Amino acid sequence: MNVRNSPKKVYLLHAAVIAGLFALNFILPEYHHGVLARVMVLAVFAMGYNILFGYSGLLSLGHAMFFSAGLYGAGLTVSHLGWGMAAGFAAGIVSGALLALVIGVLALRTTGVAFMIVTMMFAQVFYLLTLYFAEWTRGDEGFVLAQQARRIDLGDLHFNLTDPATRYMAALLLFSVVLLATLAIVRSAHGRVLVAIRENEERTRMLGYDTFANKLAAVVVSGVICAAAGAAYALLFGYIGSTFATVQYSILPLLWVLLGGAATTLGPIVGTLFMFYVVDITSGYTSAYLLIVGVALILLVLYFPKGILGTVRERWIRWLP
Amino acid sequence: MTPLLTTRDLRKNYGGLRAVDGVDFAIMPGEIRAVIGPNGAGKTTFVSLICGRVPPTSGQIVLDGNDITDLPAHDRVRRGIAYTFQITSVFSALSAYDNVALPVQRTLTGRSKGRLHAGVMSALERTGLADRADTTAGALSYGHQRLLEVAMGLALKPRLLILDEPTQGLSDGEIESFMQLAREIARDATVLLIEHNMQVVMELADRITVMNAGKILAEGTPEQIRANAEVQRAYLGTEA
Amino acid sequence: MSFGPHLLLATLEGLVTSAVLALTALGLSLVFGVMRVVNVAHGEFFMLGAVLAWWIASLATGHPAIGFLLALVVSPLIVGAIALVAERLVLRRLDYNPEATIVATIGMLYIIQQLALTFYGPEARPVEAPFSYRILFPWFGYSGYKLSVIAFSAILLLATWFVLTRTRIGLVMRATQYDRETAQAFGIPVGRVYAGVFAMGAMLAAIAAVLIVPIQQAHYLMGLDPLLLSFIVVIIGGLGSLRGTVVAAVLIGLSDGIISVFFSPTLAKIIATMIVAMVLVFRPQGLFGTAAR
Repeated sequence: MNVRNSPKKVYLLHAAVIAGLFALNFILPEYHHGVLARVMVLAVFAMGYNILFGYSGLLSLGHAMFFSAGLYGAGLTVSHLGWGMAAGFAAGIVSGALLALVIGVLALRTTGVAFMIVTMMFAQVFYLLTLYFAEWTRGDEGFVLAQQARRIDLGDLHFNLTDPATRYMAALLLFSVVLLATLAIVRSAHGRVLVAIRENEERTRMLGYDTFANKLAAVVVSGVICAAAGAAYALLFGYIGSTFATVQYSILPLLWVLLGGAATTLGPIVGTLFMFYVVDITSGYTSAYLLIVGVALILLVLYFPKGILGTVRERWIRWLP
Repeated sequence: MTPLLTTRDLRKNYGGLRAVDGVDFAIMPGEIRAVIGPNGAGKTTFVSLICGRVPPTSGQIVLDGNDITDLPAHDRVRRGIAYTFQITSVFSALSAYDNVALPVQRTLTGRSKGRLHAGVMSALERTGLADRADTTAGALSYGHQRLLEVAMGLALKPRLLILDEPTQGLSDGEIESFMQLAREIARDATVLLIEHNMQVVMELADRITVMNAGKILAEGTPEQIRANAEVQRAYLGTEA
Repeated sequence: MSFGPHLLLATLEGLVTSAVLALTALGLSLVFGVMRVVNVAHGEFFMLGAVLAWWIASLATGHPAIGFLLALVVSPLIVGAIALVAERLVLRRLDYNPEATIVATIGMLYIIQQLALTFYGPEARPVEAPFSYRILFPWFGYSGYKLSVIAFSAILLLATWFVLTRTRIGLVMRATQYDRETAQAFGIPVGRVYAGVFAMGAMLAAIAAVLIVPIQQAHYLMGLDPLLLSFIVVIIGGLGSLRGTVVAAVLIGLSDGIISVFFSPTLAKIIATMIVAMVLVFRPQGLFGTAAR
């Protein structure tokens, strides 16, 4: 926890990661270029999850609903109401924020195991709703955004989100913004309060903090970031389906964050990238690639609870935020 | 002079047990008040009612003429009631600096890293922990953790600082420096302490409240309490 | 068919659902009650029971009753053994930390489910009922097997209740549930009690699954619905309360059939899940339970 004394190193490290990802745009072969764009968006999802799970100590099993709120918020407004990309993205984020506010107010009345189950149940309701309103969502099958809808025109500048390089840069932009925002939150007074709540809620309350309000803020921030990831996913990859609202997509961010290192700013991208390739490689051999997910979860909680960067921080680089 | 805090007919029942049974209590600004009594007398429950960790069954708590009975704990802290835990409860995974930064940053309006730093270091210096700012709280010795706990209480700039058995488990030397600290705190805050160590109580307290079975048995200066036959029977006698 | 007989049919169908659900949920409830562990893999133990039942029945020759009865005995034993190993290898090492065990049982869920996919395949396969006798009501004929499922479940529930309240095993389990440390101090082998309870919970789910495969086919994804329904039952009935669990199972089983007559199944699920979430938020001790601990 010596972040306080090494702010320069911290900023340099994060800048280097972003610069490195920028450089990879020009180097990577086509396939891996596409993978990385997707991984960056999913890592944003994981970073949103990390705010709540890693820093505030609240284990949600329902974050698929926030990702999907962004996904559908953007996808439905663009495809059915003919909104532009920017408006669609905003709609996704607003949907996520509102949903997170309502869910937060309700679910935060519970703690521990009950919190996990309640969030899972609400996410299940959300998933069933996407099936129920199949007329608009087309349920399991999902729908695809038209190519010509996925353009942004800013005066004379035209961006086509179906172009791989543009898509990669858009993903990188979102990733960088969220990464730096996470860093700012972690280093802020509010971030310190969240960690304090994670460590000892009662003590934090007796220091004069309204812990409910702070946790609610964390749920909303987390929900907004996850919704931003969902909205970006819809607009960049053009497919919206209820698969993204299933329990599996609530478990995945947990896995990514655990693997990369909970309560580390860079853990989510490390975990997401690692897991994506593990699944990618194994699904070449077997259709039961989820087996790897299961094995990874158990091995992580048993032998590696701090994850990759959590262990690195503990052993070697103490200043890692 | 009007009291800083008063309670009227304060009660707390746990099932059939009357942990606090109709306590009328008043504490004056600037005083050091000790609450003593045998184990199970209701001391901790009583101060928990004052700081809002536990809701009362009935009765009233008034701070500065305002009824605070129904305020949540965190609001009471904001109004100047600070509580340090009986069992050391620092944030053991955070550095001593961060532990103190939490209460300091809450009392600051606006954002200023400089003022935060100054506030944290001053609280650490007053408790003699400045050179351990970057040590993880869990790695501090027990005595230092108790001091850190006091530093956190101090950093809230409280008007009423409640210390629940602050000297428990401390060495004689540590107790000595704690008493010095407590006197210093009392210059700009009112101190309410629960204490078992009679030497500390007698030397430190301006007035003493004796509790037994949820009720106030006696109240007075250390001399009066020492001379009180009833107290000796109920409490001091059992010590001997 | 007029309303009366229609209601009778719906009630019978509901009771079959209730019976199987009560057994499954009881397993989940026991594990939570005694060990304070939320077993997300519970539905997969159910699925495993069904898949193994198909495998065992397919090995047996002769009268279908032979295969079925063999499955009813062997399948729960295998599932119990697997649960026992999982408990020893994983849950015990996590010292039953609630959050870590949830993550670990999610892992088990995927492992069991995907292994079933690998070795059993994606097909749905039936097991033949041990007998095909139909009971003839004045208005319709009804499967005698389904009625026997209700009866058999009721007997098993009573037996479980007897074990829990009237025997030494039950006493040891309740003592462990009440206070782990004290039980340990009194010489109760808490570790072995936990292992036994976890295996027993899984076996109850497996028995329920064997009973259901002649009615509903075995499939590697069939564990999800029983898991969610069991959660619902356990939450409504009050976490860790046996009587509440049975009452809630009957309630949910009966209403499941009746609600789906009036609403689409999806909407019925939405409403049910929403109600349960709200119960957990506003009345965490369940509708029938008293204040927890």
